Order: sequence, then structure tokens, then C-alpha cells
Amino acid sequence: MFLGKVIGNIWATRKHPSLSSFKLMIVQPLNGEFEKSGDPIIAVDTVGSGPGEIIYYITASEAVIPLPVDTAPVDASIVGIVDSVNSAKSSKKKP
Amino acid sequence: MFLGRVIGTVWSTKKDENLVGAKFLIVREISLELKEKDRFVVAVDSVGAGEGEVVLVATGSSSRMTSFTKDKPVDAVIMGIVDKLDVSDK
Repeated sequence: MFLGKVIGNIWATRKHPSLSSFKLMIVQPLNGEFEKSGDPIIAVDTVGSGPGEIIYYITASEAVIPLPVDTAPVDASIVGIVDSVNSAKSSKKKP
Repeated sequence: MFLGRVIGTVWSTKKDENLVGAKFLIVREISLELKEKDRFVVAVDSVGAGEGEVVLVATGSSSRMTSFTKDKPVDAVIMGIVDKLDVSDK
């Protein structure tokens, strides 16, 4: 799983039928110091996150597991909202 | 998933027999500002996308998670057509 920040939403009326009830969010991947790390991705929201929140997300075919459907063409899902991160190098609260 | 723009169609007569009936589109990755990037994929269309449209592409084994692509040799699938995107907190 990876840390990220929700930076926006995507509206897609026409999408695969299995995804009709899910929100799609734009996520900026972050490193342990909450700095940008790579290009933004699109992920399905399963926890009710909103723009500005630090989250963690799961990628690859495991991204389908948190969704209440058997199969869906999803390769990234938000699975948690971060309250704080502690590491040896730094200890930061949610910015 | 990543954002892309459909830039063309791929015709292929000789292909894996599992892929007969699939619609293949060439998708070029774009940034959130809709600027073109240097990544191109051939993706199976699951939503009825057309040339010029901004789409969402799922890659890897997740792309086999549609009824058509199940257990087929596919690693990229178009799973949404983008109407609008809003970057509110960069």
C-alpha cells in the first residue's frame, strides 16, 4: 500500500457497470515526509475520503478486494484515511 | 488507473483466439492538465469509447476483471469515460 493525498475528483458517467456506485478520486502519491512522489493516479474511494486528505491506497488486482463486487476493472483503491505517521527519521502529524 | 486520450483504433485479424470480438483502441497517457505524455497503450474497450475522448485505463491483472476480459490475455482496459475532472487541492 502507498501513502497519497486526494487532490481532486473525476466525473465519469459512462463507466464499467460494476463501478456505477463508486467515487473516483485523483491521488498524488506521497513519501514518508508527505512530499510528492511521482505522478498523480486515479483511484476508487472505498472509505469516504475527500480532497485534501492524506490516505493510503492499494494497487494491482488486490484493489478489487475492498469493493462490494466480485469483479471490477480497478487497479487502485483508497482503503484508509491517515491520522498520523511516525517514523525513525521524523514524526509528523497530518499536515 | 491513469488518464488517457483515445488516439486511434487497432485492427488485427490474426490474434489470440480469446481476443476475437474485442475492440482495441490506442490510448496516449495525458496529465491532469490534459497535456499529452509519452506513454501509449493498446487497451480493450469495455465502455464504448471513441476517438478523441478522455478515458480511464486500468492496467495489469485488474484489467482481466470484466466479464469479457476474464481469463484472457489482456493487460489494459478502458473502464470509464471522463466527463469532468476537478483538481481542487494540488
